[in-house]
Amino acid sequence: MSGAEAAPATVTAARSAPVAAEPGPLREIWFRLRARPSAVVGLVIVLALVGMAVFADWIAPYDPSATNWGAVRTAPSLAHPFGTDEVGRDLLSRIIHGARASLAAGLTSVALAVTLGLPLGLLAGYAGGVIDGAIMRLTDALLAIPFLILAIALAAFLGPSLTNAMVAIGLSATSIFVRLSRAQVQAITAEEFIEAARAVGNPPWRIALRHILPNIVPAILVQATLTIAAAIIAEASLSFLGLGQQPPAPSWGSMLNVAKNFLDQAPWMAIWPGVSIFLAVLSFNLLGDGLRDALDPRQRN
Amino acid sequence: MSAPGTTKLLEVRDLAVAFETRGGMIHAVNGVSYALETGETLGIVGESGSGKSVHVLAMLGLIPKPPGRIARGEVVFQGRDLLALPDKALRKVRGGEIGFVFQDPMSSLNPAMTVAAQIVEPLRIHLGLAGAAARRRARELLDLVRIPDAGSRLDQYPHEFSGGQRQRVMIAIAIACKPKLLIADEATTALDVTIQAEIIALVRELKREIGMAIIWITHDLGVVAGIADTVQVMYAGRILERGPVDDIFSDPRSAYTLGLLRSLPDLGVRDVRRLRLQPIEGTPPDMRLPPAGDPFAPRNRYATPRCFLEAPPLSQAPGAAPGHLVAAWYDLPGQLARERPTP
Amino acid sequence: MLSFLARRIAIAVPTLVLASMIIFALQQLLPGDTATALSGEERDPEVIAFIREKYHLDRPLPVRYLLWAKGVLQGDLGESIRLQKPVIDLVAEKLPVTLQLACLAMVIALVIGVPMGIVSAVRQGTTADYVANGIALWGLSIPNFWLGIMMILFFSVYLGWLPASGYVPPSESLIDNLKAMIMPAFVLGNAIAAVMMRHTRAAMLQVLQSDYVRTARAKGVSPLGVILRHCLRNAAVPIITLGALEFGQLLSGAVLTEQIFSVPGFGKLMVDAVFNRDYATVQGVVICTATTYIVLNLMADVAYFLVNPKLRRS
Repeated sequence: MSGAEAAPATVTAARSAPVAAEPGPLREIWFRLRARPSAVVGLVIVLALVGMAVFADWIAPYDPSATNWGAVRTAPSLAHPFGTDEVGRDLLSRIIHGARASLAAGLTSVALAVTLGLPLGLLAGYAGGVIDGAIMRLTDALLAIPFLILAIALAAFLGPSLTNAMVAIGLSATSIFVRLSRAQVQAITAEEFIEAARAVGNPPWRIALRHILPNIVPAILVQATLTIAAAIIAEASLSFLGLGQQPPAPSWGSMLNVAKNFLDQAPWMAIWPGVSIFLAVLSFNLLGDGLRDALDPRQRN
Repeated sequence: MSAPGTTKLLEVRDLAVAFETRGGMIHAVNGVSYALETGETLGIVGESGSGKSVHVLAMLGLIPKPPGRIARGEVVFQGRDLLALPDKALRKVRGGEIGFVFQDPMSSLNPAMTVAAQIVEPLRIHLGLAGAAARRRARELLDLVRIPDAGSRLDQYPHEFSGGQRQRVMIAIAIACKPKLLIADEATTALDVTIQAEIIALVRELKREIGMAIIWITHDLGVVAGIADTVQVMYAGRILERGPVDDIFSDPRSAYTLGLLRSLPDLGVRDVRRLRLQPIEGTPPDMRLPPAGDPFAPRNRYATPRCFLEAPPLSQAPGAAPGHLVAAWYDLPGQLARERPTP
Repeated sequence: MLSFLARRIAIAVPTLVLASMIIFALQQLLPGDTATALSGEERDPEVIAFIREKYHLDRPLPVRYLLWAKGVLQGDLGESIRLQKPVIDLVAEKLPVTLQLACLAMVIALVIGVPMGIVSAVRQGTTADYVANGIALWGLSIPNFWLGIMMILFFSVYLGWLPASGYVPPSESLIDNLKAMIMPAFVLGNAIAAVMMRHTRAAMLQVLQSDYVRTARAKGVSPLGVILRHCLRNAAVPIITLGALEFGQLLSGAVLTEQIFSVPGFGKLMVDAVFNRDYATVQGVVICTATTYIVLNLMADVAYFLVNPKLRRS
């Protein structure tokens, strides 16, 4: 009796769902994210960093590349809150501008990795068979070379520059997304609604794009956020080694590289860039952990 | 079946257990009181969420705390309140004086330890047995639970045993220290029907040999009929009815018990069998907001207005056998008589 | 056992072959004439001719790969143009240093990470759990080269307790060796400790919720006994498997750590080679790293197999 009443209601709901302006999933994620203080802290720092990078020209008190031989390695003061470096450049301004390299590297390389990895993973998971085998062996091989070592090798052969570092990091991170999207596709393909979509005669590409892709977006989003954190460290590492951002353009990693030669005379040169990297990485990690909890309650412990 | 003794082995008084969750406090057990005699077999029946398993786990300190919490009550076992015992003393009771058999024999044994190691564990902890003596006893126990070729199977791992055999191993572990009480929590639910019957027969035999009392928890009234002296029906964390097994089957006084009996296909109970086989309509109450009245009232077609307002106490059912208790404001036999057309 | 191993090796071999192809293909990324680029700083026509000959640059790409792979299999990783030495000798010289560093770091990671993971799982939701998770997050987010710099600043520059650099081989003086290695090993182990903590916590949480742990408690086993006898053994399986995967992270981290503390290992060899445009050495280091990584994973599979009785018997 209750079943007979419920049935039409369900049908109506199903029919009207796509028509509604879809406030559903995104808002839901936002509400769940908001309930987690650590995720909110992460998001706030991320936004602050993005703001810093975008408005660097207006915020920074000095030109980040302007040398001042009269104020070489001066300790933090009112004029230079973070102090100056070995050629008298204002560290605060360089830190603010350095956010650009870090964020650009984090975002671009992960975007590259997703753009390459997601279609390959979809293909492997959906096509199966020989194609799957070939793609998987290739990612296995890529994963066999540790992330940073591969990135260093690529940067070495491509030549040192920020762009090449981003390409190297992006390529090195691709296999993560191939694996993840493949596993997700396989899990979702097994579910009944895909079976149903196939039964009513949807072509494979349509099933992949309309039915499978939307369902794996949350997992990809979480992994992408966490990978941005790893990519920021990787960019800083490459720049620290001299394989990323080339001087005199500011980058937190290359600032540390210089700073380590002046540890005993100007320790502040080493402190601020490190704190910045730490905060950037921490914020993306917090945001990623928070997103994971908000998107997939099953994984929470 | 051995006659129930006369001394109280276990007395549960007003036990209440709650779980703190994100969605609010879940009141899983709400004031359960009963007693168990030495050597008695008590069958506790109820659906999942009735509190039947939670309350026995709670009395032995086996629910995770937090989120679990014992809100009130006493559990007196052989003169001591288990809930007031320090951890160490309670551990001596667990596995020593009270043996436990769980539902899923597939996951209840440690996959990384040999069967011998798992049987020896309680022997070492409670009886101080070690080495060859412990091993000899482990072998005897496997013989006792009728595992063929016990000697060669001691050093095997659980995955090398079938489901029924694993449950036999679990029973061997539970009775290793000759407990006064064996608690079987849905011990045959995960097994095939034929193996179920074998396990029940085995437990009956062991009971005769060891003379322990048994609390047999199940959702299946049919299983209870084959083993229990007394049956206790639980619903929404309360006892709705309790009495000698034959009386419960022939003269149920709670509408919920009646519903359970009606959902049994073939049972030698003439009185209720004539009634149509039917499932119980509706769903159990949300245990975050336990109802003020009789928890079964919303699903009970015989419910009176009072049932919704006030929880009925568990008391002697009028006109029933002594010791047959029911918690109901309505008069089930009267209602049934009125419903049935007079011949 | 044998069929299990055979299957694992059957997967590892094509992986290694493909990895070698990728590493070989790196050469193709070089701008301009390969031989000229490979010659690095040298512009000596004789050297360029030698390289052209050595790498069979006049042959088609697949043939070049096969010849190169054949050489690698025979232990010929090429010549370091810069150092005038076979790459294999360089690697053999530096590898033990990195391995010592990596092993010390792994020990530190396990000693810190595993107990922390156990405590935070057993005390889930308590202050101890939050503190442990906070430390893990810190460990994951702090760039290890910066941690290294800060440690040098504090322990070497400020306190003067430990040398900032200056590697001493253990054969010379074990004490001085450890003094020089303790900071790099800690820096390197720090991030892995955080990962191990998370793995251990997740594995322990899962095991703690299992039915057999409830059985053990119902038997009267003490809380410590439950953790040591029943949980750790089962949690060890995922910890070992995931721990082995972290070894790659360890090798990546070693590159930076060695750079900061001037430890003459594998990573330093690679970075120096990158700057000297000593491409053969870079390739050699990468291929050794990949091989080490694949072999370690194979070993982890075997370990997994050994602690898992279900696999061992059937």
